[in-house]
Amino acid sequence: MKIIRLIAAALTLTVTVSAYPQKSAADGIAEYRKMLEDGNPAELFEAKGEDIWKTSRGPKKATLQKCDLGLGPGAVKGAWVQMPRWFADTGRVQDLESRLLTCMETLQGFNAAEIANTGFDKGEQATLAALSAWISSESKGQKMALPQGHAEERRFYELGKRAFFFRGGPMDFSCASCHGEEGKRIRLQDLPNLTKNPGNGIGFAAWPAYRVSSGEMWSMQRRLNDCYRQQRFPYPGFASDLTVALGVYMGVNAMGAESIAPALKR
Amino acid sequence: MADPMRIRAQMAGDKATVRVLMNHEMETGLRKDAAGKVIPAWFIQEVTAQLNGKPVLSAQWGMSVSKNPFLQFSIKGAKAGDKVAVNWKDNKGDTRTDEATVS
Amino acid sequence: MLNRRELLSHSAKVAALLATTGLLPQVAHAAYNAAAFEVKTMAELVKMLGGSAPTESKDVTITGPDIAENGAVVPVGVSTALPGVKRLLVLVEKNPNVMSAMFEVSDAVDANFSTRVKMGQSSNVYAVAMMGDGKVLFAQKEVKVTLGGCGG
Repeated sequence: MKIIRLIAAALTLTVTVSAYPQKSAADGIAEYRKMLEDGNPAELFEAKGEDIWKTSRGPKKATLQKCDLGLGPGAVKGAWVQMPRWFADTGRVQDLESRLLTCMETLQGFNAAEIANTGFDKGEQATLAALSAWISSESKGQKMALPQGHAEERRFYELGKRAFFFRGGPMDFSCASCHGEEGKRIRLQDLPNLTKNPGNGIGFAAWPAYRVSSGEMWSMQRRLNDCYRQQRFPYPGFASDLTVALGVYMGVNAMGAESIAPALKR
Repeated sequence: MADPMRIRAQMAGDKATVRVLMNHEMETGLRKDAAGKVIPAWFIQEVTAQLNGKPVLSAQWGMSVSKNPFLQFSIKGAKAGDKVAVNWKDNKGDTRTDEATVS
Repeated sequence: MLNRRELLSHSAKVAALLATTGLLPQVAHAAYNAAAFEVKTMAELVKMLGGSAPTESKDVTITGPDIAENGAVVPVGVSTALPGVKRLLVLVEKNPNVMSAMFEVSDAVDANFSTRVKMGQSSNVYAVAMMGDGKVLFAQKEVKVTLGGCGG
């Protein structure tokens, strides 16, 4: 009897202590991110990207101002939130980086394959990161609105879905291992569920982004590359059909989510 | 020549709030590359600012200021249309100056 | 009506006059103090800069996050409303060199500066105000630094 009363008393004490309100780690992180909102170093890359778009470059000494990102030659505002999409001139579904490679090759005379094989942040890959920052900024605040009117756009959605759930590599991970369910996290990082719309400014709507941990501007392609690195998978290839398909899958799932790109990330 | 800074100067009451983003690696000199060699220190050491040509700010920085540094300060007695110039100088002697108009 | 040349020379004369009266904002601009950025502790640093022993004060403010998601970029603000402050310093206790930044406080600016610093590990961060009379006052805050989700 006495023991039971003692135990009951001890339990009451424990309950009282843990009921005391404390700022959660998630709150702390949210506060940290808010403090960095004003003055995102991505703005430095936006300025660079805008400059590059308007500069005559490459063997053909031409600017990118006639590049068609889906809304007509030179139309940049609103283009980001409608990509990836089908392009009639190439007969392919392309994301931003793929499309920029097309434009850099046809308008400026660059070698697209060479750029695709260049390491991130080196040479013309740095150009793509800066262009990515500026072009996405020109859609900032707009809602994701990827078209699915063309049969190929729909096929790529299905391909992307298959890729998303495909398990492999030494850990037998798929994208879904981390991003296939609600409420998952790794240490202090909440993992968004990318099989549906995770909300404004989250997941697909939060890239490209400036990564503070490395001080680098990351395009969507680079972010996907890093996902594969973390799964211990070989990277499918810069602007490959597979990475574009994943973009279609996640982008269509995020329909209506507000894009905050270029964002600020850990 | 380093890439341009991004400077925003906005009136708040009778002061101008100035926010600057600078393009700089801010290498500490404590890191090693993949081959094990120390990456040399390369960082902004001095920052100054002027309002319509008159000195208003002077600061010294060490290598622990973050890469692509951010700086915010408030200039008294400024008004819309005034020119704010910000300059930095790094340990290699490189400098950069950019200007913005107070809005 | 003064022509442009006369106007310019007139303003130059006025400026020179103002400078001598001390009405123009004076901004101290010393040579870069490399030694100060190699000191390991606040006590040593303040001594080197010619201040007296630092005391904690509610009149100095240090702002920053409780948790930094990444130690590479930690937003910090240092300020004081006290008159007579000459310098505001940002210190990170556990960094290899304790001082991150040193701001001269002139009449032309608020004694209020924000920047972002690198922190090697969780540590106390200090705002140190060096006053004109030699007094040194500080405020401190603990900032925890975490490694993000995938360690990258």
